[in-house]
Amino acid sequence: MKEELFASGRNIPNIDPYLNIWHWQIPLYLFLGGLAAGIIFFASYFVIRGKEKEMPTTVMWATIIAPIALVLGLGALFWDLKHKLYFWQLYTTIRLSSPMSWGAWTLMAITPFSLIWVASYMKVMIPGWSWKIKLLENYDALLNRQRKFFAWVMLILAIILGVYTGILLSAFNARPLWNTSILGPLFLVSGFSTGLATIMWMSKNKKERKVLARLDLIFIAVELFLIVHLFMGFMAGTEVSTEAARLFLGGEFTVSFWVFVVLLGLIFPAVLESLELWGYHIPVWLPPVLILFGGLMFRFVMVEAGQITRFLY
Amino acid sequence: MRYAMAIDTKKCVGCGDCVVACQTENNVPHGYCRDWIVESVDGTYPSLSLEFRSERCNHCDNSPCVRCCPTGASHIAEGGIVLVTPHECIGCGACIESCPYDARYPHPEGYVDKCTFCIHRVEKGQNPACVEVCPTQCLHFGDLDDPNSEVSLALKDRKWKVLAPEAGTKPQLYFLT
Amino acid sequence: MKTRRDFIKISAVGAGATAVGLSAFGTKRFKFFEPKIEGPVSDEDLTPYPTYCEVCFWKCAGWTYVDKNGRIRKIIGNKIDPHSNGRFCPRGTGGVGMYYDEDRLKTPLIREKNADGTQSFREASWEEALDLVASKMKEVKEKYGPESFGLFNHGTPGAHLEHLLRAYGSESNAEPAFANCRGPRSSAYYSTFGAYIGSPENTDIRDTKCLVLIGSHIGENMHNSQVQEMSAAIDHGATIITVDPRFSTAASHSTHWLPIKPATDIALIMSWIHVLIYEELYNKDFVEKYTFGFEQLKEHVKNMTPEWAYGITDIEPSVIRKTAKEMAGAAPAVVIHPGRHVVWYGDDTQRERAMAILTALLGAWGKRGSLYLAEAVSIPKFPQPEYPEPEWTWKDLHEGKYPLASMGVTTELLKASVPRYNYKHQVKAWLVGGTNLPLSMPDKKLFKEAAEAVEFIAVMDTMPMEVTGYADVILPEATYLERYDPIRSAQNRVPNIALRMPAAEPKYNTKPGWWITKQIGERLGLHDYFNYDDFSEVIDWQLKQLGTSLEEMKKIGVKMFPRKSGPLYLADGEDYKFNTNTGKVELYSVDFADEGFDPMPVYTAHPEPPQNFYRLIYGRAPMHTFSRTSNNPNLADLMSENSVWVNPKVASLWGLKKGQKVWLKNQDDAITSFPVAVRITERIRWDSVYMVHGFGHSDKKLSRAYGKGASDEEMITNVLVDPIMGGTGMRGNFITFLTENPGKEEANL
Repeated sequence: MKEELFASGRNIPNIDPYLNIWHWQIPLYLFLGGLAAGIIFFASYFVIRGKEKEMPTTVMWATIIAPIALVLGLGALFWDLKHKLYFWQLYTTIRLSSPMSWGAWTLMAITPFSLIWVASYMKVMIPGWSWKIKLLENYDALLNRQRKFFAWVMLILAIILGVYTGILLSAFNARPLWNTSILGPLFLVSGFSTGLATIMWMSKNKKERKVLARLDLIFIAVELFLIVHLFMGFMAGTEVSTEAARLFLGGEFTVSFWVFVVLLGLIFPAVLESLELWGYHIPVWLPPVLILFGGLMFRFVMVEAGQITRFLY
Repeated sequence: MRYAMAIDTKKCVGCGDCVVACQTENNVPHGYCRDWIVESVDGTYPSLSLEFRSERCNHCDNSPCVRCCPTGASHIAEGGIVLVTPHECIGCGACIESCPYDARYPHPEGYVDKCTFCIHRVEKGQNPACVEVCPTQCLHFGDLDDPNSEVSLALKDRKWKVLAPEAGTKPQLYFLT
Repeated sequence: MKTRRDFIKISAVGAGATAVGLSAFGTKRFKFFEPKIEGPVSDEDLTPYPTYCEVCFWKCAGWTYVDKNGRIRKIIGNKIDPHSNGRFCPRGTGGVGMYYDEDRLKTPLIREKNADGTQSFREASWEEALDLVASKMKEVKEKYGPESFGLFNHGTPGAHLEHLLRAYGSESNAEPAFANCRGPRSSAYYSTFGAYIGSPENTDIRDTKCLVLIGSHIGENMHNSQVQEMSAAIDHGATIITVDPRFSTAASHSTHWLPIKPATDIALIMSWIHVLIYEELYNKDFVEKYTFGFEQLKEHVKNMTPEWAYGITDIEPSVIRKTAKEMAGAAPAVVIHPGRHVVWYGDDTQRERAMAILTALLGAWGKRGSLYLAEAVSIPKFPQPEYPEPEWTWKDLHEGKYPLASMGVTTELLKASVPRYNYKHQVKAWLVGGTNLPLSMPDKKLFKEAAEAVEFIAVMDTMPMEVTGYADVILPEATYLERYDPIRSAQNRVPNIALRMPAAEPKYNTKPGWWITKQIGERLGLHDYFNYDDFSEVIDWQLKQLGTSLEEMKKIGVKMFPRKSGPLYLADGEDYKFNTNTGKVELYSVDFADEGFDPMPVYTAHPEPPQNFYRLIYGRAPMHTFSRTSNNPNLADLMSENSVWVNPKVASLWGLKKGQKVWLKNQDDAITSFPVAVRITERIRWDSVYMVHGFGHSDKKLSRAYGKGASDEEMITNVLVDPIMGGTGMRGNFITFLTENPGKEEANL
């Protein structure tokens, strides 16, 4: 029998017996970040494709959510800091080796940009809107002329933001559950899916919703595919990886993951959306709510389970 | 100059002196520890083996904690010692998540703390507190680049191992077996 | 049930103590009142004060470092001190916790009977408390004679109390260290070699070629210099042979671990003796020149072959022969460690005799790598009149039962306190200092009866330990970091002394032991025995007699002196007269024969655990000293509770899980007050369980220790008394597991 234990009474709060440094603030932030990334991505995408008129919600109305989500996310992030008075140190340097650093800067860029995006549509969303100040009116005109360029910038930033939420975790090799490069794409796709769900919920245009639903189905399929490969990778890995995977295959997270995240958050809404596409009447809010719930649960589960997995002891 | 530590598991009795000495020397708050003892038992009675290890931050050559720090508070000081500058630390916890040895902890004051190899003593030519106090003298510290340093001599004729080498961090704590 | 003396947990006074607010440190969170401490302080900014540690009995000398604000920061060993060689053990390093523990006794307390019939402690001034103790001492002297005032003591607090008691006219004292710990080896080695082993033991481990540990768990018992020397021995490639039913730390670092069946050690040792004699491996020169009784011994062990021992001990004959040969090959540089806590099965003096005989056969006495000839500095006595001669002493208390006991037997002192035992000499009152009797004495029923029977108990302690709950007066002593104490002079290779001086003023309203005893002494009219104003005068006078001074000692802490008694080792073929009846090392003990005991050890089988029961074996942890340190904040961090070690086979039989809390019940239906966590480990045999001693505290005022782990002492109700010196064998108790809460009222001790 092999026995390994701390013989000096080590029981550091939030570290032993399991790491619990990141609480609900981080999963919430990852969720909101992914959501905003998804919304901004599709807004930019459809602008680039020239489909502004057919996808009004996607391109304009839903983007209101983006800055709100980002600000809330940043707030949660700030709240999580343990040395809050020094938070400004984050913005005195950029460290390319640290995903948290360039993520912070990306957020620094994308939040105001998303606000500007919304602002640039104010005149369309609220007829008769005027900026009153000559300078702002000029910027508004400039943005509207250079919308495609702006959209490309936002598209790239959105992808970075979406991937970053996954890479942030996968950069921590010390937590075997996160030690996989699938996490980046997985979080990106999940973020897109939640973004689409939000837009679908807000949209009043049936045609728009159809387009979005088709896209969403593709992303859900990709997500499921990535999840399967995630676990295949773990099971084929080292002892710590298989132990990490076992948390989800019979361990304490089995139900919360497979039922809440996969079944309720991915498969069931996909079925509902397919039914909708085939003509059955499904309440508009149902699939998006499920997807959003699933996305949030997914991040909560990943952050909590990941901290439980460790290399030693 | 590359500081490192060797721990002779043939002599360690797991008494925890290194833990207390570090706490009184460095004012570690109660409930927290910068170093700790791991007891590892293997076999079936009466064919047994027992190993005590005095563990702490490994001051890795390829330290993930320094890489992932967004503010640069986690940095490498002289001799490869990994340190945290408290007033630059925002308490984000990324370094804690990135350490495969779970060597870091959040200090109650907010910043992240860990073993410093007693750099305030090493600078003056003294040994770290744990090395100084160990009753079995199983801890050896010094400059790996100096062939006559205590740690180099300890490593010379002995078999040794490091913890979790697969993590790829190049730890500088060597356990003599 | 109303008793004369109810056990009062000092929690009853808790609110009062904080309300009185005798100091700003009245609350638990003293940090709020302290200046913020940031990071380490360089040694140059610290002032060192010499001291010697009181956390255990090893008395290592060191330096207490105090910062510019007068705060004690750390304690480091004194490099020239042979007890520590500059390295303190974890208890010593954690000694700062003793000073900072907010649960410390803060002010004198006196027992009061309340209007509703309950009893509680109320705070009192020193005047009142000391007056009360003195008046009671006078009362006992007048009514029964001073001899009827007994003392239970340990360590330097005990030394002050002993001085007071002897000046007062009593020698009725007993230390648990004798009958409940090392007594058997004292009597055994004295009968064999004419010399006590003493403390620190004169074992030349650092130069030995073969170290034999019979049940001794060096490394878990943190006898500082011995752990250090064992480490040095490992470096030199010494052979270490450990005989232990448990895979102790020492066993894991040993060349040979003999997983012996419990209670059979005598058989093993005798068979070793048989092998040495019959295979002619013994040290012929030494035996011929220095020993007496070889022929009798040879005849006696004729049938004690390894094959015979195998059937008893589970150790294979080939292993017995191999290890005997290794010892013989290393002789005379062999240390058969005499052990420390050796009161196991009631025949312990005989087991120690076997070890002494084995030592003699190997010639491992007075040689390098064996037992060296220790010497201590003789501290001159401070001028005082001769102590009065008491009419009877602790020797008479034993009523002739333990003729070979060299110190008072605690259980006899207890029995003499209980009228129904009808002892000729009755003890009517106690002073207690430096020992937590309820957790260290086996047979709690006897202790409770005795505590309730005596008319008065005064306890001097630094912490609200369980024993204080039985006191009529509690005298809060300052810790060793806050007081002067007698000069330390213990036996060693090189005679040396160490100074203890305060590094800080006594906290709260505590006082040093010397002041307390002097105050009581003066109230008793014994001024002549306390002819000084401050104890530092005594120390200075003594040091000047020795050729140094307080000035000098404050700077160096420890001073070595040249040996006066001759070299450290015996020269080859040197003539030497041993302090025994025959002048030789007695393999055949004339003393024992005279008193009607077996002159040579005989193996007797001891009862084995009944079905579903397991023998309780207990021991130490290197970060704790008995029950003394369980509340120390630094040390409680290292180990806050004990666990019961269970073999995996047994665990699966009972369906026990790792960390599961169980209550223990013993063969006499005693149940532990608190549950203890299960540790499933291969390190323990399937017929035994193991626990670290000193946990399961029941005094609520010990905020960190209360209710943590279980007390092994509660399970020790069957006491196997050693007929030779009164030792209390404690390992004849068997426990079973209770997985459900038995719903027992918390033990009222």
